Amino acid sequence: MIREALAGKRIFITGTTGFLGTNLLERLLRTVPDCEVVLLVRKGKRSSVEQRLKREILNNDAYDRLKAELGKDEFAAMAARRILAVAGDVSRDGLGLDDAGRAALASCDVVIHSAAAVSFDSPLDSAVEINLMGPTRIAHTLQDLGVTPHLVAVSTCYVAGNRRGSAPEIHVVDSPFFVDVDWRAEVDGARRARSDAEAQSRTPEKLADFRAQARAELGAAGTPLLADKTEQLRGRWVSDRMVAAGRARSASVGWPDAYAFTKALGERALMEERGNIPVSVVRPSIIESAVAEPRPGWIRGFRMAEPVILSYAKGLLKEFPGVPEGIIDVIPVDLVASAIIAVAARGPLDEPDVVQVASGSANPLRYKRLVDGVSEWFGERPIYDSSGQPIMVPEWSFPGRGRVQAQLERAMTLLEKAEKGLQALPLRGEQAEWSARIEDRKAEAERALGYVELYGAYAECEAIYGVERLLELWDTLDDDDRRDFCFDPRVVDWDDYIREIHLPSVVEHARVRLAPGKRESETREDRLRRQVLDPQRQLAAFDLENTIIASNVVASYAWLATRRLPPVDRARFVAQALKAAPGWLAQDRKDRSDFLRFFYRRYDGAPVDQLDEDSLEMMSQLLLAKSFPAAVRRVREHRRLGHRTVLITGALDLVVKPLAPLFDDVVCASLAIDERTGRYKGELLEVPPTGESRAQALFDYAAAHDLDLSEAVAYADSTSDLPMLDVVGFPVAVNPETRLAALARKRGWLVEHWSKASGAPAPTFPIAPRARSAASSGGRR
Amino acid sequence: MPRPGFVLDVDRSTPPILFHHGEQFRLEKLPAGRSRVIYPAEPIEALDDPDAAIHHALLHPLGDSEPLPALLKPGMKLTIAFDDVSLPLPQMKAPDVRQRIIEQVLDMAAAAGVDDVHLIAALALHRRMTEDELRHALGDRIYDAFAPHGALYNHDAEDPDNLLFVGTTKHGEEVEINKRAAESDLLVYVNINIVAMDGGWKSTATGLSSYRAIRHHHNVKTMEHSKSFMDRHSSELHHSNWRQGKVLRDAGIKIFQIETTINNNTFGHDGPLSLLQKREWEWTGRDRLTFLGMQKGLDAMSAKRRRQIFMGWRAPYGLTSVQAGEVDAVHEVTLQNCFDQHLVPVEGQTDILTMGLPFICPYNVNSIMNPILVMCLGLGYFFNLYRGKPLVREGGVLIMSHPTPWDFHPVHHPSYIDFFEQVLADTTDPKVIEATYEKQYAEDEWYRHLYRTSYAYHGVHPFYMWYWGAHALQHLGRVIIVGGDVRAVRRLGFMPASTLQDALEMASDVVGRDATITHLHNPPILMADVS
Repeated sequence: MIREALAGKRIFITGTTGFLGTNLLERLLRTVPDCEVVLLVRKGKRSSVEQRLKREILNNDAYDRLKAELGKDEFAAMAARRILAVAGDVSRDGLGLDDAGRAALASCDVVIHSAAAVSFDSPLDSAVEINLMGPTRIAHTLQDLGVTPHLVAVSTCYVAGNRRGSAPEIHVVDSPFFVDVDWRAEVDGARRARSDAEAQSRTPEKLADFRAQARAELGAAGTPLLADKTEQLRGRWVSDRMVAAGRARSASVGWPDAYAFTKALGERALMEERGNIPVSVVRPSIIESAVAEPRPGWIRGFRMAEPVILSYAKGLLKEFPGVPEGIIDVIPVDLVASAIIAVAARGPLDEPDVVQVASGSANPLRYKRLVDGVSEWFGERPIYDSSGQPIMVPEWSFPGRGRVQAQLERAMTLLEKAEKGLQALPLRGEQAEWSARIEDRKAEAERALGYVELYGAYAECEAIYGVERLLELWDTLDDDDRRDFCFDPRVVDWDDYIREIHLPSVVEHARVRLAPGKRESETREDRLRRQVLDPQRQLAAFDLENTIIASNVVASYAWLATRRLPPVDRARFVAQALKAAPGWLAQDRKDRSDFLRFFYRRYDGAPVDQLDEDSLEMMSQLLLAKSFPAAVRRVREHRRLGHRTVLITGALDLVVKPLAPLFDDVVCASLAIDERTGRYKGELLEVPPTGESRAQALFDYAAAHDLDLSEAVAYADSTSDLPMLDVVGFPVAVNPETRLAALARKRGWLVEHWSKASGAPAPTFPIAPRARSAASSGGRR
Repeated sequence: MPRPGFVLDVDRSTPPILFHHGEQFRLEKLPAGRSRVIYPAEPIEALDDPDAAIHHALLHPLGDSEPLPALLKPGMKLTIAFDDVSLPLPQMKAPDVRQRIIEQVLDMAAAAGVDDVHLIAALALHRRMTEDELRHALGDRIYDAFAPHGALYNHDAEDPDNLLFVGTTKHGEEVEINKRAAESDLLVYVNINIVAMDGGWKSTATGLSSYRAIRHHHNVKTMEHSKSFMDRHSSELHHSNWRQGKVLRDAGIKIFQIETTINNNTFGHDGPLSLLQKREWEWTGRDRLTFLGMQKGLDAMSAKRRRQIFMGWRAPYGLTSVQAGEVDAVHEVTLQNCFDQHLVPVEGQTDILTMGLPFICPYNVNSIMNPILVMCLGLGYFFNLYRGKPLVREGGVLIMSHPTPWDFHPVHHPSYIDFFEQVLADTTDPKVIEATYEKQYAEDEWYRHLYRTSYAYHGVHPFYMWYWGAHALQHLGRVIIVGGDVRAVRRLGFMPASTLQDALEMASDVVGRDATITHLHNPPILMADVS
């Protein structure tokens, strides 16, 4: 009957890139062979509607079955014949349709609106634009076009709000518990909240805050990067404000979150604004993986329960609030798609009707049963951690939401303090990774807290959604329809569904380790290292200090300055240097190039010839003794691969000259020379290559040698080198200090831990052994 | 009268035997009934008046040579080459023999009115000597007189402007040496012949040469046919050097060879280390206490501090002979003098050879004994301290004791680090290593730069260390290192054992339970004359 009813019909569908939309479209194409579909697809930032159709819709594994049945060519032909994609956007008036799109919409017999901002933590205004205004905009557009197709609007059971007891299939305004909220005022309010937040984010106090945060995160990374970060932080703050506004507003009028709240008002608005358009509302509960169609376990994207389940299986989520005997209203996606198709095939009733697709009343799944099923399943098939050890799943005690929340918040505060403390310490390399680990833990706690805040309400929700109309509709179906378009929630065997269908699918999608032992395949580091050492790369740029040698400009100055000092003066020099060191460090942290300018003035009046000679000796006694052999090896590996290698450092040319043969080129600071006296002047010839001028140096260098920076590798150790790391395609953090370690981890950069040769003779204070004669040792002619 | 070296059969009453263990020591009980210990000879009598002996040798040359003063003419070009810091081991107490000899040579040159004199450290592909090391070898007077004017310097085997291609041997071996030395009217070469491997034509043909020439004998094939390289007349290494020497001689390069031998007085007759050259059952109560204290003290120190202490040791060697003149004639006498001190007659081979490796080898003076040098010292130098047959039978087991830390000197041994990380991680087969990697390391610009301007061994040097052990690798059934860093030992391709007992158990897989054991009680140096 359904197939016949829809034969020859054109169906307009929104939201087909989503979870439900994908399943729905696939079923229409496969099971209702004689209908045509018009899809409303938003243009991507970089992709056209056709590209999105191909990549994001028809490429999904949901179509594997149909492709196998038809063959690849026939599938393509069928798609070309039956699918028309039009560009548009439900958050714009008139749906953003062009004339062709409007004509296509006008030619349709049924409109299925399944596009929604389903994320529970959408910013209030975007939830309002899509969920609240979306259905109304469709109705208005149809009225404009002067057509009256059957509009099937997909909503959610949770429009009934946070409440106990039965929630039948009635319009929201008809519910005795409905708080009378004017949807127009909500739309205005949401839009104003956005502009208020935007304005507030631009106040001097807030901007100063963002700048301070950016600085704390990136350190002395240079103006452009700090500005970029500051703007990002501002944007995120506004967005967070809007999320908070959504949560607060929803809670204040009795909905679990902005999603349910805006959906409820969306239904109300549609009822008011529908005019002569015949409307049906289909309300699913929590949609999860398919029980049968197109195959058991099919799922798209990670939804609500999956991240929670995985966090639990990984041992991250130790507690989750919920009432053991409470009902978790889960409904497989294919049941929902069937119900929508059945409603569309049935056609509109005289008055707008509501159909709920839920399991809670007809075939309830108790929370405890779900938790037991999950814990048993993972007990039998544990997930393995990165070192190949099985993870034991924690036992749940079904605590109240408040307790779990408080626990997690305490953990967060503690971790935040630890992180701040670590960042203040001058750590490097492996130690700096501690902070990365803490950050991981923090992210985990943060996520867990997020789940608890977002979904806790659902786990605790004790509303029972009635499905009388759904079952009435079921009763009208013949056997064929019942086979092909099953939406009877009573058919689901929950134990079987959890154990055999849903969990295997979740685990498969999560790409977690299911077998013990060390991973045989290439590790992430190996892969990144292989990319870095790909012959295709063109350029490798290296920082010097703490990237190739564990030394700095102060040490080399101390060495050179003491080389010719008599013993008494040496002691005085050491004392003075130790006294001044903290000041130097502070200045260096604040602005590297200012520090260098200031510091290099000390070379004023130094004899050029003598320093050249001494610096050659310093290479052996200080630089090479403190070098990282693996770093030197890496430079040479790049050269062997035909990459151009360049050293970019704020150190002086006279210091790095003996290291120059290691590289193809050296970009460094150089002092002016007084030709008359043969002595250095304490002035730099050019801006030293530090911070953003280092990025500029790299740009210039790449341009001069016709190299592509996206094919370049850069090695550096500190966030002050971020500008350089940021402009290349393959950044590598070497022995990173805490902040860079955290950044590198976040951005997926290769991190190398290079150390001095074990047993290297490393002087604690860089004092030169005194030159005993005019000629350098072992001097040659 | 110093007692000669001898072989002790271990019985129940034999006390634990001393094993050198890097900068530490172990006392090991060897299984009675099947073990023997070869002891070196006690230090033979030193010359009463070294300076007089030197003077006598310069005036009474051996072979076809005039006395030195007769060879010195005004206006001539004179070059004095001398052995580098790799000799002797450990360094000797000042004044160094080189200083004593060169001071006399310079006096004679001055008397003859020679003013174009250069002094060159003949270091081949070794690292350059530092100012302190040159001052120790030659004395401050010579250093201050020559170094500031650029007349005292290290040989540079990578300086194309200062190398002279001399010719090719009938075997096709190229000969190239230091240009200044080759073009001098007289080349005086001053040797310290601590073992029989040193000196002869090898001094000039290797010491003043370049990779181009050295590669003809520093290779796997040559080393596998040098049985042993301590025995000049059975050593392909030396045959090749001698052929190159003939090319030098035929090219008219005039060489006045001075060779010296020193006795076994490495650790002194008194002082804390003296017990190292005593036989264990002759240790006094005081010796035992000293040993215990030393052992505990060393164990408590950092590796860095231990190295410092041992590198500071200056051996009170006595000069036992000095001979000068024509190369071959001089060297034959030198060999005999070496053997007089070192040779110990040993009857028959053994199944298991044990040795304790000391803190020093030719390439870690003032530096670090890295794992590659451990291999070279054990399988190269100590294994080859034989004449006739190797001490251990073919297919036998070598057990060495050394901590073998994964430590490297980044300035002295940069190419070693890469060799260890890249080459040995791939293979330990000398032939494969030679064929696959040698050229790349030998011609590497960065290593070349470090060799020439810093204090690095040449890029190819770690390869030679590995080739030095090629004969042993071919000969032995298994190599076990006791008390070594497990990862480093495995990287070398050897088996790590925590105790000698474990090592002997592991050896029994190869040579059975009743295998015979011989311990090479070295240093002080001994050379086994195996019949």
